[in-house]
Amino acid sequence: MTATEMRPGTAPEPELAPPRRALDQNWRRLVRMGAVAALVEVFIALSGMPVRLDERPVIVSILSLGYVFIGAIPIVVGNRIGRQVRREGVPIHKAGGYELLAGTLAGAIAGAGLSVLVALLTHFDIREPLVNWSPQLLELLSFNRGTVFGVLIWLGIGAVGGFIGGGLRLLPARLRRTLLTMATTVVLISILEQLVADLVSGVRLESVADWFYGRRGGLTHSGAGVIAAIAGVASFFGRGRLKAARAHVQSLEGPARTRATSLMILLTAAVLIVVPMLVGSLTNELLANVGLFVLLALGLNIVVGLAGILDLGYVAFFAVGSYTAAVLTAATSPRINPEFPWFVALIFVVIVTGLVGLFIGAPVIRMRGDYLAIVTLGFGEIIRLLFLSDWLSGWFGGAQGITAIGGVEIFGITTVDGTNPRGVFYLVLVFCAIAIYVSWRLERSRLGRAWMAVREDETVAEAMGINTVNVKLLAFVVGAVLGSFSGAIFANKVGSVFPSSFLILVSMVILVVVIFGGMGSIVGVIAGAALLIGVLGGPKQPGLLAEFSEFKLLIYGALLVWMMLARPEGLIPSARRTRELHQEEFLQDAWLRGEVDTDDGDGNESEATERP
Amino acid sequence: MNSGVAVLEIRDLTIDFGGLKALNSLNMEVYEGEIVSVIGPNGAGKTTLFNAISAMVPVTSGDIVFEGSSLLGLDPNQVTARGLARTFQNVRLFTNMTILENVMVAQHCRTRQGAIGALLNTRGFRSEEDQIRAQGEKVLGFFGSRLVGFRLNQPASVLSYANRRRLEIARAMATQPKLLLLDEPVAGMNPVESAELTRLIGRLRDEWDFTIVFIEHDMSVVRDVSDRVVVLNHGELLTEGDYADVSVDPRVIEAYLGQDTIIEDATAS
Repeated sequence: MTATEMRPGTAPEPELAPPRRALDQNWRRLVRMGAVAALVEVFIALSGMPVRLDERPVIVSILSLGYVFIGAIPIVVGNRIGRQVRREGVPIHKAGGYELLAGTLAGAIAGAGLSVLVALLTHFDIREPLVNWSPQLLELLSFNRGTVFGVLIWLGIGAVGGFIGGGLRLLPARLRRTLLTMATTVVLISILEQLVADLVSGVRLESVADWFYGRRGGLTHSGAGVIAAIAGVASFFGRGRLKAARAHVQSLEGPARTRATSLMILLTAAVLIVVPMLVGSLTNELLANVGLFVLLALGLNIVVGLAGILDLGYVAFFAVGSYTAAVLTAATSPRINPEFPWFVALIFVVIVTGLVGLFIGAPVIRMRGDYLAIVTLGFGEIIRLLFLSDWLSGWFGGAQGITAIGGVEIFGITTVDGTNPRGVFYLVLVFCAIAIYVSWRLERSRLGRAWMAVREDETVAEAMGINTVNVKLLAFVVGAVLGSFSGAIFANKVGSVFPSSFLILVSMVILVVVIFGGMGSIVGVIAGAALLIGVLGGPKQPGLLAEFSEFKLLIYGALLVWMMLARPEGLIPSARRTRELHQEEFLQDAWLRGEVDTDDGDGNESEATERP
Repeated sequence: MNSGVAVLEIRDLTIDFGGLKALNSLNMEVYEGEIVSVIGPNGAGKTTLFNAISAMVPVTSGDIVFEGSSLLGLDPNQVTARGLARTFQNVRLFTNMTILENVMVAQHCRTRQGAIGALLNTRGFRSEEDQIRAQGEKVLGFFGSRLVGFRLNQPASVLSYANRRRLEIARAMATQPKLLLLDEPVAGMNPVESAELTRLIGRLRDEWDFTIVFIEHDMSVVRDVSDRVVVLNHGELLTEGDYADVSVDPRVIEAYLGQDTIIEDATAS
């Protein structure tokens, strides 16, 4: 869509497409986007999300998370409709009335979806196939004031939302950013309520927490106001400071860079050590769960991110680690129960998982691409079914699993188990540190280079003297061992292991964490785990938004799709990955910096000097 | 030029692709210190010969003997470890690795340090890393100002086409081979660049003691640098000998049929 098409009201330059056509196109686009948004609204409403999330207030008695979800869509669509495709050489018109009008109309269409739904909800009852076709939904959508009000209010909310979305385009960038920061901060602080309240209470400021948060959750009006004000001021005056600081750190070289990096690492470590002391057991439990998944994701990252082996059955190693630790430490283990201390058992865990990794890896690793992925998927299930089977139930307890597993005894000082989530977190933290160190060292070694080469072009890597089977197998085993650490801690934390804890779903969640965070990037993988597992929750572990647990997978899926479209390299990508996925842009930038060589220029130059 | 010691012997080599004989009982030798060019029309089996030597296609019958022992049954990486390195007709670099990493990774089979050394950051590991880096820079240095300097830490994707070809040769050199197999090293280069690379091929033999076999279509390169020319046609050895003899051989001209003008041009100039 060109600039002139965007604005039928003004006189377009004559050589461009006639305005009549442009108007048609705009209408079509507007209706299409509005209709898609309306469908999304109805889908979300019928998925049951709003009703469930309505229990989670964002601001006491004004706004709940359920309404945030459905209310945000008209704003987004109103904003998107005014987006102009920038084309070189075509002047961009200044945003104006058109954006407001288009935004309002598109938003109204989106809202109309819900209006229609309200009308249908009143007159039909198809609760039989659609579970969420419920009176509660009607109540929620009509604000408990009857059908007519419900129909009209959604048209209105849609139009206003679209108007706001379109209007955002007209604001100066700085103001726009400030407003957006204010809104997101309020929602974020409300979502993170458990964490923030816990932390604030931890530093003996319960009164502040009480003042911020209402008794039954959500921010109080004054709390929301203060937070919005602080965020607004910080954003308005601190604009770009953060970015500048980051750019400054990245521009450092040599010892200064090393110093900055170590300082960052020390700071992070200090925060990670101090925070668990301030927060209660519920938050520590959450942190421990996140840590377990960070550990798993770091392990999978070596396999998928560095060596490029798409392993869909990674949960197998988590399971093997768990069961090995359980069998060796629990007194109730059916066949053998040596009741080793946990750290002794860990040695066996490493050995057993390493062997299982070799055993599974040896046949699998000779395959490539899709075949490999499918076979690993199969092995992931096979391991779980073996633990479940009657055949091995004499060893692993079948469906009953192994229960009453003791905690981790640390040098006779303390015992870390499920009742001591803070201890579990510290234990996980230590192993995460090990995993990070391993990933970091290996990536920058002869082995890491071989993995990269294999990932890029296996045939050529083989022809350049790399034993691809060996290096891939090694990646598989290193990943397996890191995953087994997580499993061993998990078994002793939960105190019991069942085959049902190791569903294929766990593999998928770990893979999503790695992809979402950024394949091959240690920081990215950690951030991905913190966001997905911490906020939404793991396969069986609740996150900060416990209300989301039913929709976790839906949101995982939606996030993954969105990520693949908008940012395939992940949240915090590795530089290499970004280059790979955005080769054209990268080359263009390099060319602008004068770092791309051209054949003619310097070719002839050096030719001249070399000539006798 | 050659010492009379055969480095590579191809004996009755047949490669059968489901009935299509890409190579048909081919016999040839390469002597130490030689530069041999392999020519022939499209589909003559030149690249298949290279693939067979580097163990990338299965051999139907016959034998490939390198320095007195057979290469049959080895994996490509083992062949490379024996001292045979190759480049590819369609340049196949690790484009997202840096230029230096490309030549560093190629030394994999000449180095030992594994995961443990890297994790403990042992002295052995560090000295080997330094050595790998130094060797990589040395190999790149051979190509002069083109591949060294600020470019070493740039990804290989920024390189121009001609430089990618150079880097591919550098990567093959980094495996520390005795025999280099170059598959159309100057394809796609302009005359100036190809003349320069021709000289480099000569220097590779003289300064680095490589024995070189290369496939080439550019007859001026073949003429300028090869000690011996091997002509393949339909998977069989048509003839071999000096460029002067081969280029006027009526069978060769016939094999090229329609492409004979290339040879005449080259002879004329």
